[in-house]
Amino acid sequence: MTNSTEISNSDTPMQSFSLQNLFKTLSHLHVVVGTLFIATLYVTVCNLFFSEGSLLHVSDYTVSLFGKYLCYALLALAVDLVWGYCGILSLGHGAFFTLGGYAMGMYLMRQIGDRGVYGNPDLPDFMVFLSWTELPWFWAGSSSIVWMIAMVFIGPGLLAYVFGSMAFRSRVSGVYLSIMTQAMTYALMLAFFRNEMGFGGNNGLTDFKEIAGFSLQDPNTKLALFVITAIALAIGYWVSNYIVNSKMGRVITATRDAESRIRFVGFRPEHYKVWIFVVSAMLAGVAGALYVPQVGIINPGEFSPLNSIEMVIWVAIGGRCTLYGAIIGAIVVSYAKTRFTAIMPEAWLFALGGLFVLVTLLLPKGIAGLLPNLFDKLSIFQDEKVKKNT
Amino acid sequence: MKQIFSVLLSCILSWQVLASTQDLDAFQRTDTDSDLSQLVNQLPKTKLKKMPSLVEKIAHINNEKTHDVLQFLLNGELFYTKANKTVVHAVKADNSLYVLTDVLTSEMLVPVEKSKLRKVKTNNRLRGSIRSYIAKIDLTDEDKNIRIKAVKQLLDNPSDSGLSAVQELISKEKDKDVRELMNITLLLNQLKKGKHAEKIAAITQLEDTLEPSVKNAMVSMLEALPTESKTDEQKALAANLSKVINNIESKRGVFEVIENIFFGLSLGSVLLLAAIGLTITFGVMGVINMAHGEMMMLGAYTTYVIQLAFPNLIEYSLLMAVPAAFLVSGLVGVIIERGVIRYLKGRPLETLLATFGISLILQQLVRTVFSPLNRQVQAPEWMTGSWVINPVFSLTFNRLYIIIFSLMVFFTLLLILKKSSLGLHVRAVSQNRDMARALSIKSDWVDAITFGLGSGIAGVAGVVLSQLTNVGPNLGQAYIIDSFLVVVFGGVGNLWGTLVAAMSLGSINKFLEPAVGSVLANIIVLVGLVLFIQKRPKGLFPQKGRAAD
Repeated sequence: MTNSTEISNSDTPMQSFSLQNLFKTLSHLHVVVGTLFIATLYVTVCNLFFSEGSLLHVSDYTVSLFGKYLCYALLALAVDLVWGYCGILSLGHGAFFTLGGYAMGMYLMRQIGDRGVYGNPDLPDFMVFLSWTELPWFWAGSSSIVWMIAMVFIGPGLLAYVFGSMAFRSRVSGVYLSIMTQAMTYALMLAFFRNEMGFGGNNGLTDFKEIAGFSLQDPNTKLALFVITAIALAIGYWVSNYIVNSKMGRVITATRDAESRIRFVGFRPEHYKVWIFVVSAMLAGVAGALYVPQVGIINPGEFSPLNSIEMVIWVAIGGRCTLYGAIIGAIVVSYAKTRFTAIMPEAWLFALGGLFVLVTLLLPKGIAGLLPNLFDKLSIFQDEKVKKNT
Repeated sequence: MKQIFSVLLSCILSWQVLASTQDLDAFQRTDTDSDLSQLVNQLPKTKLKKMPSLVEKIAHINNEKTHDVLQFLLNGELFYTKANKTVVHAVKADNSLYVLTDVLTSEMLVPVEKSKLRKVKTNNRLRGSIRSYIAKIDLTDEDKNIRIKAVKQLLDNPSDSGLSAVQELISKEKDKDVRELMNITLLLNQLKKGKHAEKIAAITQLEDTLEPSVKNAMVSMLEALPTESKTDEQKALAANLSKVINNIESKRGVFEVIENIFFGLSLGSVLLLAAIGLTITFGVMGVINMAHGEMMMLGAYTTYVIQLAFPNLIEYSLLMAVPAAFLVSGLVGVIIERGVIRYLKGRPLETLLATFGISLILQQLVRTVFSPLNRQVQAPEWMTGSWVINPVFSLTFNRLYIIIFSLMVFFTLLLILKKSSLGLHVRAVSQNRDMARALSIKSDWVDAITFGLGSGIAGVAGVVLSQLTNVGPNLGQAYIIDSFLVVVFGGVGNLWGTLVAAMSLGSINKFLEPAVGSVLANIIVLVGLVLFIQKRPKGLFPQKGRAAD
């Protein structure tokens, strides 16, 4: 069994996409990172060196939009890691994403300094408005970028650790677990909506001015954020790929398929589950942190259960159990959403709902499941059949 | 010194009561012959000096408009036009014009500027007597509720003239409730202004009264007493007062708890209706129906459509809506089961996603058809109002009916599952699908019927919800997470578990709410449930069976 999974992971449909001899040694990792690199380079060059009228010009708006999509892709990667490889259908990944976003948002709030409406150098506007006189304890250190980066990992990671270790130790699984994760993000949403929580309540955190000294309004900063997001996605992909191909990844996949057997063999599946859950939560947190400066706001609405379910559908449409499928799904669905909501806003929910139904009914393996068949038919794909590791 | 003063005071008081009693003897509103309009039309011409006698005459006319005329006069809203001396009720509108209503004919007149009007003159003394006339008119009204309202008003803002009227009328009052209220009013007055012995007597008699104003009066009296160097009388008074106040407090506390339980049960019965359909579909088919909330929404919209279709039958609309909503939602449920869910057998997580997609489609469908705005569903007459048990405790009829109704639905469902052959099949399939199939039970058919039944009950829940909240496309989403939690808490597929879970979650929520606010109460319940699931992953009452996941 180990043997076959190894083959299917390293030997991919995309490998023989073109110039077979040259690319024969390439893996998914190379293809995805390469594509990402080329796309990023293209956007960067077209944004910087082609003037506005030019056909090849990529506008600043589009750069931000692509940056947003890449954040979603990283998030989808995180969801796929737990759902596709560990069988944990988390309907609460939005919570980790938003927590990461709030960690970044707090830092950006402090960067505003005395340029806020009330001009208070220490307190963000909403605290002045609530007539608070000093920062709450959990805002301590939020003005430091190092602390912020640490919190982006620690915040979601800690929540995932506490929740995961409680849930997995008592063997809550399947639908129960999904409902519990949904309840978790719902409770957080209700909590963050309260002004007393000290996170800006209903309005969330917004009106950001600059990040690490660079103005957020500057197109170059936006481009830099986009490039950083692409790099983060590449690293996230590398990490996920490394994990699922490691020995630990095999145990995790086996846990998904037959948890009891793994337990009888002598492993402690709950430890592996908690571990992958925490890693996934951290990836989601990073995605959230990169998302906030690019959209300019974070509010409790991001916690809403609907958002978390949308993330799951990215993975389902892209194809679970394939890391690149998650990325494709996130980008395709988000792009469709942008287009649809612009052209006919009413139709978007119909389309999204229809996608849910049709993909689960007709495309259990998602878009990524289509690709090998496509290559098969075009007979570009040469020697061995693709084996899916499901 | 104080004693002398209080004696003096009581003398004055009794003289006043006496004086106004005489006044009241003459006060018989039997004068139906004199024309109200004739007297009212004299108002513009009468000088302030002669006003009291005119007002007195008006007050004695037994006409339903008398009250209004006096009230307008008291509020300073009674005017007459300079042109033809018509007496009108005038209220300033937004555009600085005055909106006029003829007080006699109730006819709306053309709005005019202030300069065209002149106010009917009154002074403080006149206003005082008008107030007492109004009190007397109300106290002798034929409608019991108006009498109660009048006495209550006196209880909150006592006036000498009103009190004397009450004293006179109490012996003639036939209704027990009104008489008791009148008695309390008099006792309260006695407590405030009587002699020491009278005060003590009043306190003991008021021991069981729950009227808020009585308690407030006692508390302020207790606070007004000097803290140091009391006389013996004051000590006795203070002791009596604090004893009775404590007594009243503890009684109110008991009723507060009962009220919270009632609110909790009514919230719980809504949750029960919402969750019970979910628990049977989950129990039998092992699938989570994320579109369950939208089935409720469809039920609520069915109520709305029925009220639109039969605007003359609002009183019966709910009775018609219950079966209609059951059919509509049940039919949609069967279609969903046949169209989607049966192809996803054994893949619960995919089912969850697919039904979520369906819920999005249904929401958008409703948004497109009925507009995204909330729709108002009218409450029939018999659902409004409340059953007043005592001043601090009353049950609103709609909540009461909802509790009764949801229990009826619950027991009907229980009966179906335990006693009918359909129920037997459903239970067989939920316990062991393969074995049931081997015994020639059509499990596909059972699935479809179960799903239809569960969805139909959700539709009925929607009818109930339409009476409590606004009907909008997001109606279902607001309740879906709560009903999932009820199912998980109670144990999947267990009807009794669902009942216990729904009622206890509802009550816990309502008990936490006054202490920490509704949002925090919600959060505490959610966190508590997450912790509970750690301890008992299969809920309060897990299904018994051999199936080890």
